[in-house]
Amino acid sequence: MFGTSTNGLTDKLLTFRHGVHPEEYKELSNEKPIERMPFVEEYTLPLLQHIGAPSKPIVQKGQRVKRGERIADAGAYVSVALHSPVDGVVTAIDLFDHPNGQMLPGIKIKADSFSTQQLDQPIPKQPEDMDLDEFVEAVQQAGIVGLGGAAFPAHVKFKIPEGKECRYLMLNGCECEPFLTCDHRVMVEYAEALIDGVAILQGFIQAEKVYIAIEANKPDAVMALREASKDKYPVEVVPLQVKYPQGAEKMMISAILGKEVPAGKLPIDLGVLVSNVGTIVALSQYFRQGQALFERVMTVTGPAVRRPSNVLVPIGTSMREVVEFCGGITDEAVRILLGGPMMGVVQKSLDTPVVKGTSGILVLTQKEVQPFDTYSCIRCGRCLEACPLFINPARLGLLARKGLWEEMEENNALDCFECGACSYVCPSGIPLVQSIRVGKGMIRERKKK
Amino acid sequence: MTIIIALAALGGLTLLLATMLIVANKKLYVYEDPRIDQVEDMLPHANCGACGYPGCRPFAEALVSGNALPGKCTVSSEEGRVAIADFLGVSLGAEEKKVARLACAGGTNVAINRAQYQGLDSCRAAALVSGGGKGCFWGCLGHGDCEVVCDFDAITMNEFGLPVVDLEKCTACGDCVEVCPKDLFSLQPISHQLWVACKNLEHGDAVLEECQVACTACGKCAMDGGDLITMKHNLPVIDYSLNHRTKDPIQRCPTGAIVWLDESGITVKGLESKKVIRKGERGMKRT
Repeated sequence: MFGTSTNGLTDKLLTFRHGVHPEEYKELSNEKPIERMPFVEEYTLPLLQHIGAPSKPIVQKGQRVKRGERIADAGAYVSVALHSPVDGVVTAIDLFDHPNGQMLPGIKIKADSFSTQQLDQPIPKQPEDMDLDEFVEAVQQAGIVGLGGAAFPAHVKFKIPEGKECRYLMLNGCECEPFLTCDHRVMVEYAEALIDGVAILQGFIQAEKVYIAIEANKPDAVMALREASKDKYPVEVVPLQVKYPQGAEKMMISAILGKEVPAGKLPIDLGVLVSNVGTIVALSQYFRQGQALFERVMTVTGPAVRRPSNVLVPIGTSMREVVEFCGGITDEAVRILLGGPMMGVVQKSLDTPVVKGTSGILVLTQKEVQPFDTYSCIRCGRCLEACPLFINPARLGLLARKGLWEEMEENNALDCFECGACSYVCPSGIPLVQSIRVGKGMIRERKKK
Repeated sequence: MTIIIALAALGGLTLLLATMLIVANKKLYVYEDPRIDQVEDMLPHANCGACGYPGCRPFAEALVSGNALPGKCTVSSEEGRVAIADFLGVSLGAEEKKVARLACAGGTNVAINRAQYQGLDSCRAAALVSGGGKGCFWGCLGHGDCEVVCDFDAITMNEFGLPVVDLEKCTACGDCVEVCPKDLFSLQPISHQLWVACKNLEHGDAVLEECQVACTACGKCAMDGGDLITMKHNLPVIDYSLNHRTKDPIQRCPTGAIVWLDESGITVKGLESKKVIRKGERGMKRT
């Protein structure tokens, strides 16, 4: 199916239609092995680190907590538990700066000096002895969310709705955002845990076929996973063409299966379950080592970072400490982003904590963020050719600036997943994706009423 | 001969259809009160929705059917409302005039920015980027979406980037309430003069670093005010159903977050509150 050459990397590669190819900049950190970040003095854990309801704290101020101990329960079905990344004392439950720019409730923990990385938690009941409901609850208790960036609670996905079946399990290792290399390093260094995680999950969902999708610029990850899965668990490692946004789940499905997920539907409607590779590794780590999700691998990179690296960071560490660990930032730094340059969230300061959805810290200099002058739309149609969803960004942008929200909805504004390819290619420098985001916000608000 | 047949056929058809139309007009006639048109003409045709109806026509229908009283139309002049009431022979149903009030006083002279925002010049767009560049997450972003959306030119941005509501022109239509991404505007009866001009949920003096007129949740205003003021979520909440014609609470506020809004639109602060005389911007703090 994927050509006849031995690794499939030299053939014509599968991909979706449209999209863009920004400069990759992955060489800054893609060969740096994952380093473990030492403990810092304080950890701030926001209660909302995922999509859904915030977690409910179950500790009090002054209470002593252990590494890996649960400090907050899931607040609803679409919500997960939260665990302490360190031995220490809860010093405050208050409002703290959140990476999304808000002030939100969180738990502050002061780490014991000389605390160790040793994990003193029991190994949970093994998935082989569980039924699906127990498994789904265990995943929620382990605080596992999608580590690709959106942080959607994983257990909700794993519970396949009635009447639907999961025929294909797809693991997303595309990492199409420029600069980021954390998923790449996870696939290379945790290949065995990843395959083990697949086996655990397959015990419950029993998909006919398991794919691991990787962009072809990570040949070592492709080889590592093929090696690790040999004689262990049958998976198909699929190299995909290097193109943005290849890692969006709808684009990945279209590349591999040649099928489109209809507007307003989910991949499971096509019988596909998509999950980030890091999430599956977290699954294995929880069931085999008893380690709930309280640390994650992230990339600290950018031209203004002295020592770009891939770091294993406890959740709740302040960005400032993480950046300091990577040699600090140079004086040329002008912009800090969480995530990649295409979809990352701009930060007002470094005093926000790492959360479960933080895939990287990117620090850019003036050279990269030079603002464009904005000119009128010249109707060149480049945004139409870039849009992976075949909607019309130029028209939507215009409607948004005129405040015509109903017309935007008729033009499928709500299908846009804000990849930013349209803004990237616009020769007139029009902030298209930002206008569309404003419109989407207005449409949703008006629907609520 | 042909022409006669044609004329007769067409003539017959005309008569038949005309009869059908006459019958339909009699049988299917819907009576519409002629006063609806007249009342609609007397309304201001702003179609602003302040009365709670989709536009002036539906409001006129409601007036004629007795489901609403002319006082609901805040855009009409007093004479206009009286004229409608007299015409329909109903009471005026005088409602207290409402105006839009802003729950923020953090202009550029008192509040800092933590980042410089580049992009679409709109509050809603700026709010999507980490909540905007302002140090205080709850504060006014000052790009003037409310000024743009106001159909009555009642909102102007002052020199410190804060919207100022012209009490005369404001009709309480609620467009600014809807557009503000930080939900800072609310429609208040004009007698609600004691006003908390802050929405910051933090507590402690650290707040003042971001904005000098923020509420620090010290609770002094609530201490001896009886039930008039209670602290909820680190902010004072005024119970307007009690006697609120007192200016006392503003005298106890150390930062000037509680103010007295004069009839003429002048903001009165307590004597104890810090005076802010800075005319320039406080600028940006790089962290």
